[in-house]
Formats: sequence, structure tokens, C-alpha cells
Amino acid sequence: MGSNMAEAHPVAFPNVVEAKERGAKVIHIDPHFSRTSALANLYVPIRAGSDIVFLGAIIRHLLENNGYFHDYVVHYTNAATLVREDYRDTEDLDGLFSGYDPATESYADQSSWDYQRDADGRPVTDPTLQHPQCVFQIMRRHYARYTPEMVEQVCGVPREQWMQVAQTLIENSGRERTSALCYAVGWTQQSKGVQIIRAGAIMQLLLGNIGRPGGGVMALRGHASIQGSTDVPTLYELLSGYMPQPSALLPQQTLADYIATSGQKTGWWSNFPAYIRSLLKAWYGEAADEEEGNTSYRWLPKNIGDHSHLATSYEMLDGKVRGYFLFGQNPAAGSTHSTMQREALKQLDWMVVLDLYETESAAFWHRGPVPHTDAVDPSKIKTEVFLLPAAASTEKEGSFTNTQRLIQWRDKAVDPPGDARSDLWFVYHLGKRLKELYADSKEPRDRGLQALTWEYELEEPEPGSRILDEPDAQLVLKEINGYYVYPQDQTEMGTGKAHAYTLREAPHVPGFAVLKADGSTACGSWIYSGVYPEPGNNRAASRNGEGYTFLQWGYAWPANRRILYNRASADPQGRPWSERKKYIWWDEEQKKWTGFDIPDFPLNKPPDYMPPPGATGMDAISGSDPFIMKPDGKGWLFVPTGLKDGPLPTHYEAAESPVHNALYHQQSNPAAKYYRDRPDNRLAAVGDEHYPIVVTTYRLTEHHVSGQMTRWMPWLNALQPALFAELSPELAAERGIKHGGWMVISSPRGEIEARAMVTRRMRPLRIDGHVVHQIGLPFHWGYQGKIKGSITNDLTHMVLEPNVSIEEAKAFTCNVRPGRLP
Amino acid sequence: MAVEPQRAARQPGSHNGVNPLQAAVSSLVGSKVPPPPSQPAMGFFTDTSLCIGCKACEVACKQWNQLPAKDPVWTGSSYDNTGALGAITWRHVQFIEQIGDGYQGDRKGSSLPDTKFEDRVAEAKSSGTIPQVPPGTALPFFNTDRWLMRSDVCKHCANAPCQEACPTGAIIRTEFDTVYVQQDICNGCSYCVVACPFGVIARDEAGTHTARKCTLCYDRMKDGMVPACAKACPTDSIQYGEVDKLKAHARERLGILHERGVGEARLYGVDDDILEGGLNSFFLLLEEPEVYNLPENPPRPSNNVVPASFWSIVAALVLGMLGIVFFRE
Repeated sequence: MGSNMAEAHPVAFPNVVEAKERGAKVIHIDPHFSRTSALANLYVPIRAGSDIVFLGAIIRHLLENNGYFHDYVVHYTNAATLVREDYRDTEDLDGLFSGYDPATESYADQSSWDYQRDADGRPVTDPTLQHPQCVFQIMRRHYARYTPEMVEQVCGVPREQWMQVAQTLIENSGRERTSALCYAVGWTQQSKGVQIIRAGAIMQLLLGNIGRPGGGVMALRGHASIQGSTDVPTLYELLSGYMPQPSALLPQQTLADYIATSGQKTGWWSNFPAYIRSLLKAWYGEAADEEEGNTSYRWLPKNIGDHSHLATSYEMLDGKVRGYFLFGQNPAAGSTHSTMQREALKQLDWMVVLDLYETESAAFWHRGPVPHTDAVDPSKIKTEVFLLPAAASTEKEGSFTNTQRLIQWRDKAVDPPGDARSDLWFVYHLGKRLKELYADSKEPRDRGLQALTWEYELEEPEPGSRILDEPDAQLVLKEINGYYVYPQDQTEMGTGKAHAYTLREAPHVPGFAVLKADGSTACGSWIYSGVYPEPGNNRAASRNGEGYTFLQWGYAWPANRRILYNRASADPQGRPWSERKKYIWWDEEQKKWTGFDIPDFPLNKPPDYMPPPGATGMDAISGSDPFIMKPDGKGWLFVPTGLKDGPLPTHYEAAESPVHNALYHQQSNPAAKYYRDRPDNRLAAVGDEHYPIVVTTYRLTEHHVSGQMTRWMPWLNALQPALFAELSPELAAERGIKHGGWMVISSPRGEIEARAMVTRRMRPLRIDGHVVHQIGLPFHWGYQGKIKGSITNDLTHMVLEPNVSIEEAKAFTCNVRPGRLP
Repeated sequence: MAVEPQRAARQPGSHNGVNPLQAAVSSLVGSKVPPPPSQPAMGFFTDTSLCIGCKACEVACKQWNQLPAKDPVWTGSSYDNTGALGAITWRHVQFIEQIGDGYQGDRKGSSLPDTKFEDRVAEAKSSGTIPQVPPGTALPFFNTDRWLMRSDVCKHCANAPCQEACPTGAIIRTEFDTVYVQQDICNGCSYCVVACPFGVIARDEAGTHTARKCTLCYDRMKDGMVPACAKACPTDSIQYGEVDKLKAHARERLGILHERGVGEARLYGVDDDILEGGLNSFFLLLEEPEVYNLPENPPRPSNNVVPASFWSIVAALVLGMLGIVFFRE
């Protein structure tokens, strides 16, 4: 659901085909019939943007018909936990939760979402699930109106077909069986994307499909190593290993404040101080010991708002951003509302583009979108553009971390041509030159840059390579893995007096369990610790495919665990739920957890361990609480804290929709960022007859994202030479559009032209008695490359999901007409 | 170019395929070169029930064989912009849409509904096709809407019409029992092009001006490597191996699919009935061959030899008789 896996992930999809060959049932739920649907046992067409109704109805069905995995739900989730009496649901407030502030359009006060707590601060529970304030009963009320009839009315899915999906899931879950859920940007790129994923997670928790073999929620990432760039992040709101970037808007002026507001007293995150100190040590070396880390903590930039890519684009448009680095990013064609993106680029003083070819973004100053590519006047654009040649993936060494958290090392095959260099080379040498530039500065604010540890030279140049100054990628990996800063027998470590190792000579740490909060260890990303536990043993490079769980193939963070929370694969007493689904269990004789994977639980904590009152850290987690990253050790059906748009997934229509919300007066996500004050960001009104058609975007196997790498390749261009729109014969007949002819697609943001692919793979849906048409649009084209075409993202808008600031490219509205653009 | 000795002996006229220099040398010095070890016939089994239409085979083929790209022309024929096999296209993925109410194909006994989509479920329920409370695990192997995908390729026929038609002997059988066009001998006459019942082989009008087609990656096979397309195929829809073993596997696979209710699955080219010897590159199809543009009974040029010869003899006899009659006086 929300994924076109066969086309967007053709290397991963064979695993689905293989599972199907072994008897698994594959269900594909998607607005358009794709190559994924062709291989599925069951294909269900759905209206784009209605996912939470479909999933919510399954949740309701499970709760009302005893379809959930009772023992799993009672013991491993927060179903039994009581929520505060002053909590108000969307059922009470017509689409809003308690704590909403209309002035700021946000949930300013989330305190009512919290648990009821006893004198020790521990959550109060009712294991009988009968208390009206327990999560189980709150969910029953919340989803009471998410009925099969509502699915039919809102999603356009006949209830029988929906029932077939629900029934298949129930029959293939429980003690003996498990079901997996795969999603991709079809879910994330919606104004309520996080809540759709939450709905999927709730369904999987109720079915007992988390932490067990064959279960789980697979987030199919947008492209290679996007997972890696979240773990060792290129994101503005995260430091490495999912520690938040400090914020100036929170009481986080000191390291202690930061730890108090970001860490947790109970559960695994109680180790937070060790991870942040080790990170500061890795970045700032000896200077990280000053004031027990406080000095170096102050050097970290503090957020003062939403600095995500898309939010920053508007800042750029306003002239507040002067310089821009683009590493493989192509906002002029690949980012939402790309007309605005190109306008924003014009406001820059300078921009550096590192890419394989001159992308749309690199060429924005002298070329414009099809069909008027010459309409741009370079003399009116002040931005100075530096286009630097980048190395391709085969021309550099490094790691990929993909969907299943698996880190895999990639070797370099050949030198990059000419002046092309790896991204690592570029960043390293840029850093070195900046450090040189500021070496003599007396400004206190420059001390961070001066103290930054930045020594990744190769010991000797790579044999046979003409590039002599390429940094050592393995040395970077060593820093990420972590190392001991001082000789182990030294007593003065952390005092600033001891002799510290250099990065190259330091002994590797074996894993994150040995990281300390006293400055004696350094670690660039605690979750990756263990990937490179000793010299010569880069586990990401290991390629042994033996065994049931392939533990010697690459390295899955954390600690090489293949399934997270795998304590849940055993019952509360530590016995496998069934022989068939045996995975991790308690060995009574050896008094430890064992099995086919690395147990995701303290190895020697018996299943009957009960925490004493007032326990902190991991001691506060009982022997039967698998979800150790959560302070209460439970899988969260209801999220008491951490989300910006509510504790339970609720159906809202997309920001642009042809229909009114059938469930609440609140039409769309009340906490989303709408940028209503931006004249360029016009949205079609609900049911606007000028824009009555739902449009969803997707990828084709033959091209990659905005085509910036693939549209230069004649072999690929011959396979998919032109932008086309897929539409049903009914819509084509209604609008007089001929198959193979041209058509214009318009939204309030712009117009594009495409070839018309009239196909039964798109079909009209009956929504609440009316026929709703949907069209599908790939987005691989632009004005550069050997084949050109309109930019699909010229149609999309800038309404951002509140938690992660992602655009809504998978469900918006448009109109179509035959012909071409003038 | 080496040729498998037994087959060379069996096949009249195939001495044309031996490198003339090599033949001349061996006739002078005597056959000192030991015969190559006996090599089983190699081929492809293309199982369309596993194809995801990614076209990796097309690209891998172009890359390994360094074939130029076709002009980028959007055809509107589903996702197939390649169109057909040809001189520079040796793998071609077909896309055949059989979706929903519009499809009025000739599937005899098909349960495919032809009513409007919104009435389908109710109708299916009342007719008992879908039970009132559908048992989830009773899902069919494929959903009722079909998007057939098939990676087409040279069939490497056991009795190859192209080879029968070739007047120069440029087309030979290799030691792997595959059909190979020797580029240095082919004179571009195109007799093979019209002889091929599958439209595989074509003359490279823009480049070499010779007949070209899939070599089954002869250069890779010689080094014990899997052909590029099979290597690139992510789902093993394209399998490469010894023809006998592949055929046994294909029959087994067909049995499994029939067991799983895919009654319309069938093999093409596995049995000897096609071209009186079968194909060394054969297919598992999910429809009748015609749906995939495959001829049910492809003709062989040599089939014309006996009737044509018979009539020639008859004509000669008649002329002879007439001559006797006329010139007797």
C-alpha cells in the first residue's frame, strides 16, 4: 500500500515474488494498476488520499470482531494503559484533538494526551481493557465510524473487496502466521503521511506482526541510502543516531538541559548521555572535555524553526538565503512546486551543484521548462552557479544503508573521469580549506571550527589511482563506529591530561554498549557502533549469505539485529509463540535470551523480571516489555507524546480534494503547514469544478527521480521517451482526449503537457454516489538531458506534513484537456 | 568459430559454417586439434509468470553487446516503446493489457467480467464467484486484471528456418547448439529475415548491413558466464542453462502453476511440435501464443522442398512426356 515496489524497487521486489512462490499472498492497494499490481494475488484500486479510512476500518474490524492477537496486544502494547481524563478525541471535537490552538494552527498543549500516572510516575493500566479511558476503549470509540460502508463511500472500494483484504490479514496473522506491510512515498508524500504510517503500525501491532519473522512495517526508501542519510543524517532536525538537533526554542542552553529534554529516564534512551558525549568527542576531540562537554555543545547550531529543504525554499525566495549546495539534488524539477523553486534559485548569490550532468537546477539561469525553454533571460539573473563534476557510485568507495537498516560497503571500480571527485572528497577538502581560513581567528564563535577533528587522509594513496588526495572512507567509518580515546589502563582520562590516541591509532570500540558519558569514548553515530569492531573487520563489507537470518551479510544496525524488538517473537514467558514462527526465546538452562538473531533485549533479563518502584534506565523495563526504546517498554497504539498532529490516526482529506471530509467538519490536517499567505501557493477549493480530477504521481522503472541521471542515457530514453499521463477511457471520452495524442494538465500552480495514455489500468471510482476520476503522472522529465518534457512538479503545491515537512505529491487535484501548451 | 562435430556431420551443408582458413589448415596438416569436449545444448527458459517488466534484460543486452539505442519514440503501446526485436534489439519486453470491463479478448471460458466495474462485486456475489464472506486465503495466484509481460528473444530453433534459408552458410550452429550469424560471412541478402517465422532476425540497415540477432551471448558462454539478460533479470524470469534440464524444469513449473489454478499457463517451444524439433529458447506463457504474437504453427522453408521438388519433377516428367510425344514424329 502506498508503494509501487516492482517499479520503484525492482531489486527488492524479487523477494516478494519469491515469497509469493512459497505461498504468501500479495495484496496491492493503489490508485493505479502498476507492474506491482500485475504480480499481486489481489489488486484493490483506491482513491488517492483515503488510506486512513481503509486502514481505520481494518483497525475497527479487528477491535470489534476479536480479530486482534489478544495476548500480544494486552502484554506488548499500550492498549491497557489509561489516558488522562481531560483527553478529548476527534469524535468529541469534530476532527480535532484536545490542545489545539487555532491561532498557531498547532497542538500547542499536548499534555492531555499523556497517560494517567501513579505516584512513582508509572503509567496506570487496566489489563482487562474495560476501563473507558484505556487506550483500547478510546480506540474503539475513535474508529467506531470507520465502517466498511465508510470505506465504500470515501475510498471507492467495494466493501466486499475491503473485507477480502481484512480477512486475508487476519487469517495470515497470529501465533502461526505473520504478515508484512510495505509502504513507500505513496504514504509519506501526503499532508498526513506520518499518521498513515501510524495507522499501518497500529494494524500490525494489533495483529501481532511486529518483532516477529515475516512481519514488520517495511519503509521502502526513495532511493539508495536515504536510510543512511537519516542515520548519519543530512537532516536539519537530527544529529546522528536519532538524537535531535538542539533547538533555541526549547530550554536547551546547556548540555544538561538538552539531555533532560531529549533523553529519557527509563528505557534504552536512558543511555542518551553516553551517546551525545561520544558524538561531541568524535567531532571536537580534546575540546569536547571542556566543562564536561558543555563548551562543545554550545558550538552545535541551534534550530530556530523549520529549516527543512522545502521550508528553506521559501526563505530563499524571500532573499534570506544567499548560498546553496546541491549534492545530487535537483529542486528545479524534482522538488514540489518547482516553478517556485526556480524562482527561489534566482534570489541566491551563489549556488554549487555537484552532479553527473548539467541538471535542470544547474541550468535554471539559461533555460526554462518545455515548451518555452528559451524564455529565460540570463542577464536578469544574478545567481552565480558553479557546476562541479561528481563521481558516480561505481567511482567511489563508501556505504549504502537501505530499507532494512542493512549497511553494505561498496568498493570503487574505477577512477572518476577528469576532475570529477567523490562527495566525500569535496566535503573533506572544503572543510580543510575552511579550517585553514579560520585558523588564526580569535573570535570565540570560530573555536568550534578550529576544534573540529578533520583528519581523514589516506595513509598511502590508493594503488593504481591517479587521485592522490582522496580521503580514507574506512577511516570515516571508524569514527562512525567509535573508538577508545585513551589507553584503557590510563587513570587520568577525561581530565585533559591523558595522552589521547589519534583516530588512526585508536582501538575500535566493539559496540555501543561500551560507550561512556565521561569523554573516554568517541562515536560518530551510536546506532552504527559495531559495524567496524576491529582493524581489518569492516562488517559492512562481509558477504556471507549463509544461515536463516544472513547475520554475516553486511551489518544491520543496531548491533547487527535483523528484526527490531524481536523479544516480541516470544510470549510473555519467553517461549516462542509457535514452533513455526520461532525466532528469539528465553533459554531457562543458560538463563539467557537466544535464537536465530541478535536478541533486542538485555541478554540476561528473565521474562518474569518486574521493576522495583522508582527504577530508572533499563531497570525500569520489565522482562516482558519488548519495546525497549519506549519509556514504558510498550508498542504505542496511542502516542502520548512526540507527534505534532495527534495521538491517533484520523482521516483528513488531502489539502486539495474533490470531496468534503465525510467524517468530520475538519476538512484536512489541522496541523499541516499550508503557507496560505503565499500567493504562488494557490490551492483548489474543496469540490472546485475547475479542478475536479484527483492526480497522483509515481515513478517508472526506466528512469530515476527527476531523470537527472537517466535522461542522458540513450538506452533508457528509448524505453520511456516521453512524459505521459495515464487516464481511464471514461475520462478520455468525457474530455475528448485521444489515446496517443497530447493533453494539457492544469492545477492552480501551473500547466504542463503530456502524451495521453488511455488505459483501463486507471479507473473511475464511485465516491459517495459521484464518479471521481483519477489520473497518474510520472515525474521523470525536465528541460535538460537528451529527452525533454514538462515538469510534473510544476503542478504540485507547498502544503507540508507537520512532523517531517514533506510535500503532498501523491494526492492533489487538477484538470485535463486535449491539445498542447501554446 | 568452432562447430560441434556430430551436428556438423549430421547436417548437410553445414560444412559451409566451418572457418575456411581453419578447414584449409586442418586439411593440410591433418586433424591434430583434438575435438572439443562434448557440450550440452544451452538455451533460455523465459517464464512470463515471473516477469515484472523492468526491461533490465533489454538494457543489459544492449550494454554487453554494445548495440546502439533506438530513436526515443513514444509509441503509446502500453509501456512498450521498443516495439519489436530487430538488428539492434535482441531482447524485447512485451506489455499486453487485459484489464477490467474493456477487455473483450477471445479467452474461451474465461470468467473475466465484462460489466461495469461497480456492478462486478454484487454480480460476482450473487453468482457465487465471490462468497458472501470471502475466505482470504482463497486468493487466486494472479488477480483477474492482467498485465502480461514477456521478454521476447531469438528462439534458437532446433531446426532454424534462418539457417535453412541462408545461402552463404553465415548462419551456423555453435558447439552450444545455438544459432549464430557469422558477421564476416553474411552478405546481407536478407533471405533469413523473411524465413524467420518469429520476426527475430533483421538486417542492420544503419550499421553493419548484415543480418544480426541474439547470439545467446556466445562470447560470455565460451567463458562459462551466464548471458547478460539472464544475469540481469531480478526475478529469474529469464533462466539460462542446459536445454534438457531447463525443459524438465519448465514442465515442472507448468505443473505447479496448474496446481495453483493458473489453468491458462502453457509452454511454448518445449515439445518438438514447433518446427519439428522444438526451440532451444522457449517460454512459459499465460495466454494463447497468438496473444503474444507467436505463431501456433510456424512454417519451415525446408517444408517446401518436398512439395516444390515433387512438382518440379512432375513438371519435368510432363514436359519430357510431351517432348517424347511431340518429337516422336
